[in-house]
Amino acid sequence: MKAASDASMPDSTFLDSTELVLNMGPQHPSTHGVLRVILKLDGEKILGTDCVIGYLHRGVEKIAENRTWAQFNPYVDRMDYVASVSNGLGYCLAVEKLLNIEAPPRAQVVRVILTELNRIASHLVWLGTHALDIGAITPVFYCFREREETLNIFEKYCGARLTTHAFRIGGLQYQTYDGFEQDVKAFCDMFPPKVDEYEELLTGNRIWKGRLTNVGVLTADECKEYGVTGPMLRAAGVKWDLRKAQPYSGYEKYDFEIPTRQNGDTFDRYVVRMQEMRQAVRIIRQAVESIPEGPIMGKVPKVIKPPVGEAYVSIEAPKGELGYYVVSDGGVQPYRVRVRPPSFVNLQALDRMVRGGLVADIVAVIGTLDIVLGEVDR
Amino acid sequence: MSLGKLLRKVFLVDLFQGLAVTFRNQAPKNIVTEQYPAERPKVAERYRGAPRLNNNPENGETLCIACNLCALACPENLIVVGAERNEQTRRKELTTFTYDVSRCMFCGLCEDACPVDALELTQDFELASYTREGQIWDRQMLEEGPKPTQYKC
Repeated sequence: MKAASDASMPDSTFLDSTELVLNMGPQHPSTHGVLRVILKLDGEKILGTDCVIGYLHRGVEKIAENRTWAQFNPYVDRMDYVASVSNGLGYCLAVEKLLNIEAPPRAQVVRVILTELNRIASHLVWLGTHALDIGAITPVFYCFREREETLNIFEKYCGARLTTHAFRIGGLQYQTYDGFEQDVKAFCDMFPPKVDEYEELLTGNRIWKGRLTNVGVLTADECKEYGVTGPMLRAAGVKWDLRKAQPYSGYEKYDFEIPTRQNGDTFDRYVVRMQEMRQAVRIIRQAVESIPEGPIMGKVPKVIKPPVGEAYVSIEAPKGELGYYVVSDGGVQPYRVRVRPPSFVNLQALDRMVRGGLVADIVAVIGTLDIVLGEVDR
Repeated sequence: MSLGKLLRKVFLVDLFQGLAVTFRNQAPKNIVTEQYPAERPKVAERYRGAPRLNNNPENGETLCIACNLCALACPENLIVVGAERNEQTRRKELTTFTYDVSRCMFCGLCEDACPVDALELTQDFELASYTREGQIWDRQMLEEGPKPTQYKC
């Protein structure tokens, strides 16, 4: 006997149809947090993807409107929590632009050192988790061992390891501790051989190459179309780095190169990020040799009340262009803070990168995007 | 296969080479794992952990002048300062001080705001509690600090 409700059933079961809709995430270990990707599959082949974001939405931009300018500073650390120092730098630079002040030279050099250390820490997290997703388990332990050294420097400098709140509007709150230079120099000496060690494990590895080469190709034109920035853009052959293009915080004084590659596939992005870690060490070395004496805090009023106006400052965060657009109505609280997070923009390219590929590729591509969901959802 | 390669295979040279790396990394200076809680980590001097309300070491009176600046600086509004005007000295005196550690993000803005170094974030990092109410610290708790159970092996 046929029940009436059967009329709503499709003619064939999903096993007969060629298309399969599959949810990947939000609790999938290789979606790096709480990203949900709805996959449309034909067997192993990906016909299309749909990203569902917002599981980690905390309304940070709205929180800003209810906090004073200085009070909002610790919140920005919680967006991209593996590169919190870069976030703090971006926000401080934006408010400083609004106030029309500049941090003193000593503060700027210390800021550069800490930001570059944070770039290394961020890339190490990326390398470890990316390799872990693909199946190489060893690098993650090595990477976290070296990341520990940078976190120790942060802890000694400002008292926190992850959400550092290292910078303040107008300069720095903390003077460098005794032995800061030695610690940073020791890290610079220790670290490059470790990068060689990672490269020895991965770069020539046949499985690693097989999983990465020609996977998730994004050409330079496509990158520009999507607004993709950072190592992903540079791996496609575009020599664009905000530290060179619009130097901030004294980056014009340092001698470093912008690593680029041509193919724009996942392997090239890996190579670019590895090179970036070496360049970061180069910048830190130059900066730590030239820490000037002097004050660490600019002339900032006790109650920060920027004049009516707006400012946009973007910096080269480890993941790409990190922009802060701040609007002031002359009050003690921001009228609006808009963040342009690199992860959010880079994630848009996911569909283009994986369409036509295999399910296993999507894991590699999410790894290479280097997204942090705290920043995507804000 | 050449003789050399054959001998390498017979005597498992590659295996022992690999094991040499393993055993080299077991030298005490290469071990990075901390044996917490038996071995407690030494956090940095500037570590921002549990809050503490400092007393004057000479007479045991609180250093806090009840100026309320920490409460104003706090982004999460988690500090409540209760004060009472002493009619004889005409000065504000601290009566209660409540600090909600469960909402604290240890940004350090309160200790930066304190004009007399009374409120301080200390090196204590074990703040777990069995109840939510246990996370709301009163003045006595802030002055004495948390007393976590210490395990000995």
